[in-house]
This record gives sequence, structure tokens and C-alpha cells, in this order.
Amino acid sequence: MQTQTTSSMPVLEIRKMTQRFGGLVAVSNFSVTLGRNQLTGLIGPNGAGKTTVFNLISGFYQPSEGEIFINGTPTAGLKPHKVTSLGVARTFQNIRLWNQMSVLDNIRVAQHGSLDYGFFGAMFRTRSYVDCEAKIEKEARELLEIFELDKQADELPTNLAYGLQRKLEIVRALSEKPQLLLLDEPAAGLNSVDAQELIRLIHWIHETFDVTILLIEHHMDVVMELCSEIKVIDFGQTIAEGTPEQIRNHPAVITAYLGDDTI
Amino acid sequence: MFRKYTVQLILVTLGGIITYLAYEELIGLYTLSVLMFMGVNIIMSTSLNLVNGNMGEFSCGHAGFMCVGAYVSSLLGVLLFSKDKIFGPPLLNPDLAIYFFPLVIIAGGIAAAFAGLLVALPSYKTRGDYLAIITIAANYIIISSIENLNVIGGSRGFMGMKKVINAMEDIIYLPWMVIWVFVFTVATVWALRRYTSSTFGKGVAAICQDEVAAEIMSVNTNKIKTITFMLSSGLAGIAGGLFAYIIGYVNPGSFNILKSTEALVMVYLGGMGSLSGAVLSAILFTVLLELLRPLQIIKWVVIPLLLIVLMQFRPEGIMGNRELSDIFPRLKRFYKFK
Repeated sequence: MQTQTTSSMPVLEIRKMTQRFGGLVAVSNFSVTLGRNQLTGLIGPNGAGKTTVFNLISGFYQPSEGEIFINGTPTAGLKPHKVTSLGVARTFQNIRLWNQMSVLDNIRVAQHGSLDYGFFGAMFRTRSYVDCEAKIEKEARELLEIFELDKQADELPTNLAYGLQRKLEIVRALSEKPQLLLLDEPAAGLNSVDAQELIRLIHWIHETFDVTILLIEHHMDVVMELCSEIKVIDFGQTIAEGTPEQIRNHPAVITAYLGDDTI
Repeated sequence: MFRKYTVQLILVTLGGIITYLAYEELIGLYTLSVLMFMGVNIIMSTSLNLVNGNMGEFSCGHAGFMCVGAYVSSLLGVLLFSKDKIFGPPLLNPDLAIYFFPLVIIAGGIAAAFAGLLVALPSYKTRGDYLAIITIAANYIIISSIENLNVIGGSRGFMGMKKVINAMEDIIYLPWMVIWVFVFTVATVWALRRYTSSTFGKGVAAICQDEVAAEIMSVNTNKIKTITFMLSSGLAGIAGGLFAYIIGYVNPGSFNILKSTEALVMVYLGGMGSLSGAVLSAILFTVLLELLRPLQIIKWVVIPLLLIVLMQFRPEGIMGNRELSDIFPRLKRFYKFK
């Protein structure tokens, strides 16, 4: 019964969302519907409003107009941690790991939404505390092992290579068992070899973890190779959407990226 | 599996020795009071370290919460167990004081925890320097309120706590204050250790290192901040309660911004975010204060000067943000402290 409702219901539905900052319209009339297990790309030139869309979905901003639904639940008025517990997890354009705690602790803290105990549980080391901590640690170590980060579990994130930090941020997001994963420029700052590996990783995550992914990316090859569906925005406006093939030849996209040929 | 109980064993032995020495009067009253102030200072510095070190906020009104705890537990103790010219005869039989004393201290802690909301609630929206100003304001609000409450003595202070202690000693003759200061000090350090090592409490460090990431990664930052401020000020309240019963007299003047600064100095001396550093620096600071006592008024020239020297040569404090077990990893083989 429950699978029926979730399979028919879009994981993410945004209806006519607009975000203004003073006089600036950062995102205008943005709509999108993501079904289960879709992998969609969100591209656009710098300052197009892509990250603002992510900030709106994750509850960091409240949209000036329009509505966002996660699995059918409206997110209006919810704090970011509440939105996260609806099944949304994200990474950041500039890596935002907690740099003074170990890799393992980075994963553990991300489990705050599913803790079975509170302050007094931690004080008196209750049964639920012990069980919950054991479960969290076990799952975190398993996840790190899957992503071959288990050897670095006790390192600080700053001691990790840049590519591994990017990877760790994705693992941290995945550890929250999201249904919707928002990846904000995961390939930023990576060389082409690392970027290729990242493509494989995201592809593999998408297949293995049964998760809907929305991806912001500047590397065109990454987006074209990964996404079945692409949305292009410029100055907050949606200017094109379709398959990679359609986007590649779309006149508005070419204009947005390369400029008009009239001088 | 011996190492599981090393810490307990050491603490029980240490507590036993101190109690025995106090009971047999093998150490003088002066040394004893220095030891008790050491305990109070440990509670003050470790609890302030939770906010300033672990959470990265700058609280400089810690003595205000100490004041709340001191007054609430003093008033409650005197009201319940001793004859007083304001409150009249005791509400309960003074013989019961021996059982209820820890509860009286804890009640002071709870009251201080709620006073902590004065800082916790504004912390949702402000942080850094602005929150620091709010903490000073909280300190002043608390002191001025008490100064203006003439029923409990106002700025002249309040006394009568010695009678409660005497009532306890009449039943069973033991150095009760020494025992309870020791117990509460150990309990404080233990509680803080448990809090900061749990996944729940690691949210505090996450807030310090990146608050935005913490909130988006499912940490209820407002809740964690509230609990952390309440825990920190609650423990300061317990320190205040003990302080009041050690001296037998409280007045609002002794909890002013200078007292808060003392707590701050201990935290920075020990190293931000290091629990063992906070304990060590509290011990060191208390001893230092006593050693320099012959200098009298010049003491307050020498101690700040020492601080400047320390900050020049070791700005991260005694321990930095490390714990004892990070510096001596071999120690881990001998004990487990959780």
C-alpha cells in the first residue's frame, strides 16, 4: 500500500517557485517534477540561480512564491533539518565538512535526524542510547567501507585529498538515507580523470541506492553523460528542458552559454 | 577488563583519601577550603568550556548563572532546614537536611539552567560578538535583580547556610561539604564528557565548525543550542550552590563580571574545547591564586601579566584543543572514561 503511494507520487514537485532578494529575482517561476529514481541535471551559466534552487529545496530559504513538495508533503515553513528528515540530502558547492572532527564523526553527526535518544539518554547511557550509537557506528563504518574510505575513518577531513573530500561529502549526504539527493557541482575543482571517476560513482550510487538525484554541474560532459533529463536556467528563468540531445542543440542554451552571434 | 574501572577506582580512592584527611583533621581548614574552591573552579571552567570551547560562542556572563544557583540553593536550604529571621522556623525537620542537601544544590542548578534561557533564546538569531554582549547583559540583569530584592538581603547578601551544614554534621559527623564538592565535580566532568562524546552532543561541535552544514545535515541547531546553554549554566548554578555553602554567605557583588572573567581565563588557559585542559587549568589557577596571596593587591597585576606571557608563548593554552589521551595515547591502555 505504501509502495503504491510512493511510486505514484513524485519525489520532488516544485510549483511556480519564485525567489526575490530585494529587487533581484534570483529564481522566477521555476517548476519541476522529479519521479522516483530519476537523474536530472540543472545547468546554467554562473549566477543563473541554480544554487538558490537548492537552498530553496533544502529549506534554507523560504520561497517568495510557489510551493515545494517532498513526497507530497509541502515544505513551507519547515526548518532545514525538518526538510532533511523528509528525505532530502545535499552537498555543497564549496565543501562544507566539519573539519575538526573525524571522517567517521562527520557521518555520525549526520544521523541526528534518526536518533532514538535525547539529552537524558546520553547522560545516563540508557539502553536505547547504547543500541542507537552501536547501530549508527556500524552503519557509518559499513558505508565508509563501501566507498573505500574506511582506512581514513579516524582522519580529519582536511587531511584527505580534495577528491576524497568531495566523495566524503556525498557519502555524508547518502548516510541520511535520502530519497532525493541534491548534488551541487560535485565535479568542481576536479581534474578530468577524477571527474570521470566521479561520473562512475554517481552513476553507481544512482543504480545501487535507489535515489532520485538532482545535479548541478558546470562540466558539460558530466551532465550530458549522466542525466536523462536536463533543465537549463539563466537569470532565474527556465530557458530549456529535455534530453541531453535536445539541450545540446537548443538555440536558447547556445545563446546563454556562448552569447548571441549578433554583435 | 580492568581498564573499564580504572577511573572509578582512582576517583573513589582519591575521594576517600581527601574525606579521611578532612575527617581526621590531618589537613588544615585553609588547605581544605582551597581544595573545595578548586572543585568549584573545575565546575565553572569545564561548564564554560562547553559553550566557549566546544560550541564556539563567547559567553562572558557565566558568573550570573552561578549567582542564580547560589541564591536558589541557599534560600531553599535555609527555608527548609534552618531557623531564619526572614523565613521563620524551618519548614522541614533539620534532621532531613542530610538527605536533601544534594537535591537543594541540584535545585539551584535547575533554576540556573532556566536562567540560561536568557542567553539561549537570543542565540537562535545572534552569535559571536553580539551574543557575547547579551551574555554580559544577562550577568547584569541577574545581579541587579538580586541587589534590588531587599527581602533576601539585597546587596548586603544572605547568610545562614552554615546552620544547614551544622544540622547535617549533627546527625553524622563527616566533612559533608568536602564530600559533596568532590561528588559534584566528578559528576560534572563525567556529564560533560558523556554529552560531548555522544552523537547527540557532537552536534555542538558541528555547530561550532559549520552551523549551516549542521542545520542542513539534520541537526536541530536551536534545540542543541538551548540544551547546551542550559547544561552549561545549570552546572554553573551547581558551582554557585556549592560556593555559597562553602563560604556560608552570598552577596551579589561576588558574582560580577570579574568572576565571569576568572572563569574565562581558566578556559583559555586550559585550551579551548579541551575538557582535561579546563580541569587542569582550574587546578592550576586556584593554586596560583593562593600562592600569590602574599603579594596581596599586586596579585592582580602579576596574574594578568602571567596571562599575557602565556598568550605570547602558548596562545592555544595548556592543552590546545587536545585531551590528555591525545597527548599521551598510551594512557588509553589503562583507562576508559566514558
